[in-house]
Amino acid sequence: MSVISLEALAKRYPKNGGGETTIFENLWLSVNKGEFVCIIGHSGCGKTTVLNSLAGLDRPTEGVIIVDEKEITGPGLDRAMIFQGHALLPWKTVMANVAFAVSSRWPKASRAEVESRAQKFIDLVGLTGSERKRPAELSGGMKQRVGIARALSIEPKIMLMDEPFSALDALTRGSLQDEVRRICRETGQTVVMITHDVDEAMYLADKVVMMTNGPGAMVAEIVQNPLPLDRDRTGMHKHPDYYALRNHLIDFLVSGSRTFRDNIPPGYDPRKPPVVRPAVAA
Amino acid sequence: MMTNNAGRSYVVTALIAFAFLLAWHIGVQTTSSGGPPLDPEYAKLMGATATTGKSPMPGPLDVGAKLAEHLSQPFYDKGPNDKGIGIQLAWSVLRVAMGYGLAVLVAIPLGFLIGMSPMMNRALDPFIQLLKPVSPLAWMPLALYTIKDSGKSAIFVIFICSIWPMLINTAFGVASVRKEWLNVARTLEVGPFRRAFTVILPAAAPTIVTGMRISIGIAWLVIVAAEMLVGGTGIGYFVWNEWNNLSITNVIIAILVIGVVGMILDQALARVGRAVTFPE
Ligand SMILES: Nc1ncnc2c1ncn2[C@@H]1O[C@H](COP(=O)(O)OP(=O)(O)OP(=O)(O)O)[C@@H](O)[C@H]1O
Ligand SMILES: [Mg+2]
Repeated sequence: MSVISLEALAKRYPKNGGGETTIFENLWLSVNKGEFVCIIGHSGCGKTTVLNSLAGLDRPTEGVIIVDEKEITGPGLDRAMIFQGHALLPWKTVMANVAFAVSSRWPKASRAEVESRAQKFIDLVGLTGSERKRPAELSGGMKQRVGIARALSIEPKIMLMDEPFSALDALTRGSLQDEVRRICRETGQTVVMITHDVDEAMYLADKVVMMTNGPGAMVAEIVQNPLPLDRDRTGMHKHPDYYALRNHLIDFLVSGSRTFRDNIPPGYDPRKPPVVRPAVAA
Repeated sequence: MMTNNAGRSYVVTALIAFAFLLAWHIGVQTTSSGGPPLDPEYAKLMGATATTGKSPMPGPLDVGAKLAEHLSQPFYDKGPNDKGIGIQLAWSVLRVAMGYGLAVLVAIPLGFLIGMSPMMNRALDPFIQLLKPVSPLAWMPLALYTIKDSGKSAIFVIFICSIWPMLINTAFGVASVRKEWLNVARTLEVGPFRRAFTVILPAAAPTIVTGMRISIGIAWLVIVAAEMLVGGTGIGYFVWNEWNNLSITNVIIAILVIGVVGMILDQALARVGRAVTFPE
């Protein structure tokens, strides 16, 4: 059962001095309920554009986006966005930032209900004790945690994340990845996340969407993650399929993303990009 | 270290003030004693101050004594040309408060509109650009002619001169609210009113208050000049009246008082500014 379905999506911008640039066109993608999907591709291929269209913040030039069997026409509380630059409101405390989302989702809830719900998610991301702090008093990792708490607190059908951890140091990134994975698995959250980091995609994703370079980007293939569901971040490299997967992803980023256009495999159908599952046996 | 430096600056301030008062005091003394003998015609013209051998320029002690006298009864009222300095100040502050208050009521909503709509911004820009550089006093004849009431004309002049910085800063502050904050509100389906009050207003508040602070400074500058023109009441009229009375002591006191009130108004808005500023 797919919760998200992108159908024949295209985005074009008018070019300087006439004509149009096609960022991507005829892009099809579907995401199942509870799935964690990562989109990987080089800078400028249109990942953010796809995600913003899905969030309703940007309008595709062509095509439709269907969420839960309804075409979306704009942003909505069924989809929560975790922004790359955390996007916290700096004049509000941690509590007020999360409460702002909660009271938007449940406008009739009492103040006490709003705060207790916000508190629950602040606790969930491990920020108990920092409720009264303002974003300027938080580290980068803590800010991103508030962003995650804010997104989760509205119980979205879908979480959208645009390189949520790219500005963090490796240690903080690792612990936040652990937390996001734990929370998403516990709640069966559907997630679409953009990343540049192959290891992050391997750890978090159930499937990885490989986008070719723009302009005119396409989904070259969908990679199924062969690693077991109970993988852990520090030990997964011992799995026999680890290198098969890793090499597959890196090969694509190094050359495939560039050359795919010029030798499109026979039978390639943009509506149903090939699904591959790299493994030692294969 | 910090407190030490601050303490030192206070000492220097006190020293400069003392040196200034001393120089003033001595300067006034020497004109009276060391000067050439007075031309009797001139002495007659200048009246008592000259014939008693004192300089017509008051010294700090004269000003201090007069100031104490004013402060001891700031609110007496003995007819149109003799009112306590407190009453005159209260009139000026009242006019500024009314003109400025009206300007806030117009500039902030209008600035919001301009800031939110690039179309309105372009449409209204020529008017703002044209009217902003006009000296507020140039409006005075027009105000007197149309409003036909000198007090209200002064309020109008305050209104027209304080509106521009607030209007421009509000529009700018609203237009430059970070896109990602607006996107947060959009993804949370926040309605336009709630968005205006919970996202745009706090985000633009530091810029808006800066505009308000510039405006109050201009308003206080202009009220003195406006009251000199329209007469009747107010600290500006007081200055003019005392000049006609040749009471330089009172003129100096008025300058001092105008400065102090201006400083209080400015600091009050600086405080508001600090309260709405957020670190990023
Ligand atoms: N307003 C715009 N006008 C014209 N071109 C634009 C505009 N916004 C984005 N683009 C172009 O669209 C393309 C896709 O941008 P997008 O931000 O989606 O890339 P991305 O894949 O997210 O890149 P990155 O990994 O660097 O974040 C880029 O080449 C960019 O130059
Ligand atoms: Mg991007």
